Amino acid sequence: MKSGKFWAWVVFALGAAYFFIPLIATVEFSMRMRRGAYSFDAYQIVLGDPRFQATFGYSVLAAVFTIILGVLIVVPAAYWIRLRLPHLRPIVEFITLLPLVIPAIVIVFGYIRMYGSNSPLPFLATDMGTNALLVIGYAMLALPYMYRAVDTGLRTIDVRTLTEAAQILGAGWGTIIGRVILPNVLIAVLSGAFLTFAIVIGEFTMASLLNRPAFGPYLQNVGANRAYEPAALAIIAFAITWGCMSLIQILSRFAPRSANRPN
Amino acid sequence: MTDLSLSDHAVAGKTAPPSEARALRLPTQWLGVAPFFIFAIMFLILPTLYLMLGAFQNDAGEFTFENIAALAQPSIVAAYWISLKVSLSSALIGAFAGLAIAIAIVRGGLPEWIRSATLTFSGVASNFAGVPLAFAFLATLGRLGLATVLLNTVFGLNIYAHGFNILSFWGLTLTYVYFQIPLMVVIITPAIDGLKKEWGEAAATLGATQAQYWRMVVIPVIWPSFLGTVILLFANAFGAIATAYALTGSSLNIVPILLYAQIRGDVLHNAHLGYAIAFGMIVITGLANVFYIWFRTRSERWLK
Repeated sequence: MKSGKFWAWVVFALGAAYFFIPLIATVEFSMRMRRGAYSFDAYQIVLGDPRFQATFGYSVLAAVFTIILGVLIVVPAAYWIRLRLPHLRPIVEFITLLPLVIPAIVIVFGYIRMYGSNSPLPFLATDMGTNALLVIGYAMLALPYMYRAVDTGLRTIDVRTLTEAAQILGAGWGTIIGRVILPNVLIAVLSGAFLTFAIVIGEFTMASLLNRPAFGPYLQNVGANRAYEPAALAIIAFAITWGCMSLIQILSRFAPRSANRPN
Repeated sequence: MTDLSLSDHAVAGKTAPPSEARALRLPTQWLGVAPFFIFAIMFLILPTLYLMLGAFQNDAGEFTFENIAALAQPSIVAAYWISLKVSLSSALIGAFAGLAIAIAIVRGGLPEWIRSATLTFSGVASNFAGVPLAFAFLATLGRLGLATVLLNTVFGLNIYAHGFNILSFWGLTLTYVYFQIPLMVVIITPAIDGLKKEWGEAAATLGATQAQYWRMVVIPVIWPSFLGTVILLFANAFGAIATAYALTGSSLNIVPILLYAQIRGDVLHNAHLGYAIAFGMIVITGLANVFYIWFRTRSERWLK
């Protein structure tokens, strides 16, 4: 057992080295901009760049709309399947896994060919349409995570009793979903939302192929043309991912627990 | 199922107008899931089918195998080959390293905080992919990266003189491993948690050595989830483009980068060849996931 513990430490140390050296190297590199001294110049330049502010703002907005769209699609479906159509569960779960099977670049390629300017549904003919298509594509990318999160949340509450109680009190379907079910799974929905945010904020493929002024293509562009700023941007992106994941962890402490909670 | 239909019959026999009630109920039954299905069909299934059908059509819209046959040209075969190599090697390295880390934190007798810290960090690192990850590795193992410079000044080892290049197969593999290991840790840790203490005790009672316990109990139980996760990691790497594109530009021609160039500028001078490349990608990730689902159903038997 003693040698087991020794090897466990060795494995852990090697893993920690592999994961921390790139982070340390990136921090170090990002501060090397001024000759001979460490400075935050690269961060100042990046944060002061109007294109950074514009693209970051665009991506935050896209993420917010993606989350709204995802919730509108996933919550009623997951609720309804739990309540009334449990036999559809395998089909829906299969569909929610598909975005993990079909690469994002293939999905967006399909969009470009199907929804071009001279198709019956010309999303790509206008700027607003293209923005909408980007949000739709992002909602697709986030679908597996959003569905899983909401379904896990629904598992911890008694959907049927809540619904019947609300119906007895005279609530319609909109009221039931919006004012009874949603507040009860709010923490699960928020977890899905933050994960969506982390996925969407720096997404490159879809934004680039749809020619949207998003953060991902901006990152790529800076990477191709500058030396120290990309490292600063990588640290900023890591901090954002870290922030999203920490919020999910904090939220999970407030989540209701029940005996049949899967994890 | 039979029970349900029986009770339906019983109801139909007793109450007067059941058909009317049914006709009214059916649409509302579907109303809640309708947005989901419409969305999935319009923006996931139809676009994919469109590409898959397009792969078997020529410009005049006639059925043909020409596009699929054209995939055999050397540049495309080379792209598929390097993509498969990078995805498979990063999946295998990530899987074994991730498994070792998961075993170390679950069974290694390390302090509890290491376990929770590792799992939290894995959650972050598995989502830290794309363009920023490429920047981090350029800052580490690029020509002026910290690790490159330190290896050269401290150990006198110039890795670039020894043929290493971040813009190469190994550079890309090493970078992909950064999100593959954490993904493995996140997925496989519950499987290792699922190894019941009683099994170890039962094996010991029956006189098994530690090696026999691992060989005859642990490995057979973990094997399906391990293989399943390897396949998931493979598919995960196969479809990824942002990291590779930011890291290597188009100097390393993996399939997603080839498809990206084709979508942007028809570099292959044949629109339907793009469909065929996409079709090939769907076939590969689709097959991978069929195996994944198969392994997962096998592993779930043990991990209740």
